[in-house]
Amino acid sequence: MMAACSTAFTSRAADAMAAPPSAALRTRPGSLASRRGPLPGFGLSLGVALFWLSALVLIPLGALLLRPWELGVSGLWRSLSEPRVLAALRLSFLGALTASAVTLPFGLLLAWVLVRDRFPGRRLLDAMVDLPFALPTAVAGLALTALYAPNGWLGAPLAALGVKVAYTPLGVILAMAFVGLPFIVRTVEPVLRDLPREAEEAAATLGASRPQILWRVVLPALAPALLAGFAMASARAIGEYGSVIFIAGNMPMVSEIAPLVIVTRLEQFDYAGAAAVGLAMLALSFLLLLALNLATRFWRPV
Amino acid sequence: MHGGRSSLAGTLLLRGLAVLVLVLFLGLPLLAVLAEALRRGAGPALAALADPDALASIRLTLLVAAITVPVNTVGGLAAAWCITRFRFPGRALLLALIELPFSVSPVISGLVWVLLFGSAGWFGPWLEERGLQIVFALPGLVLATLFVTFPFVARTLIPLMQEQGATAEEAAATLGASGWQSFFRVTLPQIRWALLSGVLLCNARAMGEFGAVSVVSGHIRGETNTMPLHIEILYNEYQFVGAFAVAALLALLALVTLAAKMVLERRGGGA
Repeated sequence: MMAACSTAFTSRAADAMAAPPSAALRTRPGSLASRRGPLPGFGLSLGVALFWLSALVLIPLGALLLRPWELGVSGLWRSLSEPRVLAALRLSFLGALTASAVTLPFGLLLAWVLVRDRFPGRRLLDAMVDLPFALPTAVAGLALTALYAPNGWLGAPLAALGVKVAYTPLGVILAMAFVGLPFIVRTVEPVLRDLPREAEEAAATLGASRPQILWRVVLPALAPALLAGFAMASARAIGEYGSVIFIAGNMPMVSEIAPLVIVTRLEQFDYAGAAAVGLAMLALSFLLLLALNLATRFWRPV
Repeated sequence: MHGGRSSLAGTLLLRGLAVLVLVLFLGLPLLAVLAEALRRGAGPALAALADPDALASIRLTLLVAAITVPVNTVGGLAAAWCITRFRFPGRALLLALIELPFSVSPVISGLVWVLLFGSAGWFGPWLEERGLQIVFALPGLVLATLFVTFPFVARTLIPLMQEQGATAEEAAATLGASGWQSFFRVTLPQIRWALLSGVLLCNARAMGEFGAVSVVSGHIRGETNTMPLHIEILYNEYQFVGAFAVAALLALLALVTLAAKMVLERRGGGA
């Protein structure tokens, strides 16, 4: 999922990276060693890397790709079209998309302040953005539940306003927003930093107002980064488990997320059924990221 | 620039909003963990940490991290070396595959090992005949954690090593250094801060992982419960002070990691 969209970035990076060494190599053609350059360790490092990758990632994921088909195509379909499974998949995907969409303006705000503003304590704020990255998910889940429970610091005033957060789908979305926020900030930040200010200054000289500059100059330039951040935040939120299950309440059909369905099926020793949900999650996220990736490409020529 | 006062007001407004978002949305949960842990004073919180099951979970967490972090560090170094120092077909694919575990749900990262080694897994019967246990035991916890923390070291090193290029190592090779000499004397000093930063992040995730290990653990108290799993058990048994005390300990680990990362980034010049 994230890999699908990161492939787009890394392959571009790989193209850019590939050029210099080859130029250096061409100057010394001939011997076998110089075909790959003067450095040793190609065989060893590639061997270790491939063994490491295959044993820990490729073979296990292969099991996930193959096991669901033990049910047969119709069995697989039956296993996935159970109302409870569909409801959970819907919550994981729509919840993640909603959470990322709501987080997007806040992520942009934080990136903007971190890049364009200078004030004491900025570095501390900068470090705080990574908190959801570093905080173990179970801790985040517990913390959010304590905070937004009907008797919590934020839950109590919200409950007085008639808004129930904990143990509802809203709580699920809140937890997803929490884990997704740093992805958006950290994707937008470097692009914003490299954005030439001349364009904004030129627009200002031509009489554009600040909202006009933001809307016509800054946002179009940031659109691909915003979309990429949205994609990564969604990818993370779709699979999120630890931060969500404590606050979700886990009511089947209402606030049960797809990863929890996998756990439940495993506890009933329904391996193929669990793998089916896992495969569906991977396939759906792949399609989602493919769509977002195409959208980014559509945007880029502007 | 122009319109000084309104632009200053705008800057202050945005700054205030950003601080508000960070404090309310990200900072307050951290504070809530501490407050809940200390609800009945420091005594009960410390007692919960000294509980034998809690101590066993801390030991297990440290053991799992002590196995997984070195494995993923060596793998990450090897991958970074071959990807940034050589050109070969499939290089971009290798790069993309290394990042794959980041985009897989933690629960799926645990599930894949059950599909392989669980009692109804591909190798389950074979293991059972020989009395070997992987799932619901330490090896399963290690494998699930390895999968989840797989990309950290590699993805911290690759951009930096790419940027640095191979000129220093090529010079060392020309001067007659062996591969290992050049690695330990030239490469390692160049990448040490980034390597340390990657190892720290890998370690933080290894110690804090919940979803993946939850699937393969079997939740046997005092035996296969890591700290995050112990938190869940205590919480479900309404032992809130204990749950939040262990959670606070893990939160402390996160804070130390973030602080160390900040220092390392300053030293390594943003690496």
